[in-house]
Amino acid sequence: MTATTTGELLGAEGITVRFGGLTALDRVGLHVAPGSVVGLIGPNGAGKTTLFNVLSGVLRPSEGTLTWKGEPAVARRPHESARAGIARTFQGLNLFPKLSVLDNVVVGADRTARGGPLSMLTGLGHHHSDEKRLRERAMETLESFGAAQYADRLPGTLPYGVQKQVALARACVADPELLLLDEPASGLSGDQIDALAGQIRTFSEDMAVVLVEHHMDLVMRVCDHIVVLNFGEVIATGTPDEVRNDPAVTRAYLGTPGNGDTE
Amino acid sequence: MSTTTGQRPEPSTGAASTPPPSLPEKWRALPLPARNLLGAAVALLVVTAFLAVTGDLTALRLATVGYTFLALAGLQLLVGGSGQISLGHGAFMMIGAYTMALLVLHLPMLPLATNLFIVVAVSAVAGIAVGAATARLHGPYLAGATLILAVGLPGIAHRYHDLFGGSNGLNIRTVGVPPFLDGVVTTSEWRALVVWFTVLLVLAALATISGGRLGRRMRAIRDDETAAAMSGIPVGRTKVVAFIIASAAGGLAGGLQAYALGTVTPSSFALVLSLTLIAALVLGGIGSLWGALWAAVAVVYLEVWASDLARAMDLGHNVQHNLPIVLFGVVLILVLRFWPLGLHGGLQALRNRIARR
Repeated sequence: MTATTTGELLGAEGITVRFGGLTALDRVGLHVAPGSVVGLIGPNGAGKTTLFNVLSGVLRPSEGTLTWKGEPAVARRPHESARAGIARTFQGLNLFPKLSVLDNVVVGADRTARGGPLSMLTGLGHHHSDEKRLRERAMETLESFGAAQYADRLPGTLPYGVQKQVALARACVADPELLLLDEPASGLSGDQIDALAGQIRTFSEDMAVVLVEHHMDLVMRVCDHIVVLNFGEVIATGTPDEVRNDPAVTRAYLGTPGNGDTE
Repeated sequence: MSTTTGQRPEPSTGAASTPPPSLPEKWRALPLPARNLLGAAVALLVVTAFLAVTGDLTALRLATVGYTFLALAGLQLLVGGSGQISLGHGAFMMIGAYTMALLVLHLPMLPLATNLFIVVAVSAVAGIAVGAATARLHGPYLAGATLILAVGLPGIAHRYHDLFGGSNGLNIRTVGVPPFLDGVVTTSEWRALVVWFTVLLVLAALATISGGRLGRRMRAIRDDETAAAMSGIPVGRTKVVAFIIASAAGGLAGGLQAYALGTVTPSSFALVLSLTLIAALVLGGIGSLWGALWAAVAVVYLEVWASDLARAMDLGHNVQHNLPIVLFGVVLILVLRFWPLGLHGGLQALRNRIARR
């Protein structure tokens, strides 16, 4: 992708999140360079999803700063993050159950429409051309994710693997600059995970990717950089090889030493 | 996805070689507002023809179906479209009706169209106030908050007796048939036509909203707020907008009711009205404007038939008063038992079955 900034795309510094007396995240830092794939790993309850929610604007940190393309991104709400170019998928997919697959993806493309509020209310102005373009764009994206033949179906009637592709299509249709993937491999077969690894590498040609994942094999294969969380703290960062050989990680997460890549 | 769609399939390659577009294709190529306005024009012709056949007697009833349809269409956009349940829709009809009556009484020189615009504006402002206050409420909490509105508002008419006329309400005289149509249509026929003209015009606008980008945003929010927000949709604002549109439609329906009946009383906007509207919507089918039409017909005609029945069977006064409510309940239960998606859902299933044969 053409680098919009020479430096980092997203930076998080000293992020602390407290839920009452529980400190879910304690001074966590994360840096994402354009076009890189960052993996976020850690045992259950380590704070991975909490950090994800902070990055996507769903949750406001108690302390700490977020920067987007070098600019501070203060008190941003989810739809503003999305409009700034951050897309995400959900662990539970969260497809719109009563919208067709095509409409699901069209909603993802909504932010690329040119018409303003008035065109939406009246159906005049850019509305007609917007609708046509959004549908075409959604259809093309569905085709590239191999789900075009299901365009008219409801998501609930499709196999899980296809639903996952629809969720990915919805996240990618508006050409985000940062894609947050929450457990993209859960519930997939070995072959499907291989295909997913390829897909994530393809995404990184266009956008930066941050993924939360339990499948170590996938994480080690696709990530340029890995951040390991445990009990809300960063216990290790580095390349897959560095993390694999880090004794702190082995202790906290992988169990038996030297056997890190097989989970 | 510029990488994965490196070689985009050209969508219109065959355009030159294929035959000229068929009629349905041409229809779809028209912008949404144009399609809906054409549809509304055809519907107005149908209503006019129906009125010409049935004559003066059913005109008032037809007008009632018209403004009830409009109120239900607004509620449909709110409940079926954005997933917010309002039990106070009748309150907005009341706001519209009293605004209309007060305008006619105190500013008699204003033409009807101006009055209707003011009615829409006033009820939209009321919608902003209520919608902004309730935007953070979900499900039963929102229903409860709007319920208070339906319970409390009629009381205001009693409290400010001098302005709103207490339980007797306000009586107004609106202009009748324009001189050039004198003798061609009767006053009530003319009023029914005015009501339906306004209703269909606004319905075209509602259908445009519902079928377009804003409607899809609302449905996305209805289905999953978090996912909608992460797609860049401002959730809170869109919900308030849905509330305002529904309030404006409800208010306009009330204004048309005042115009068609020439009288507004607090008792006609009691809690029962709001509850009837939401129950009728379930009966007609949640989610489609057609459902709102069947619901409006059911609201008006079930009552008429029940009264006729009670009179024909020479039942007592008490029975005559309560039979419509009983009939409505029985029909609602029966329809939902056999067609869980309401009349519209049932008719669609029927059509699909016929089409498959």
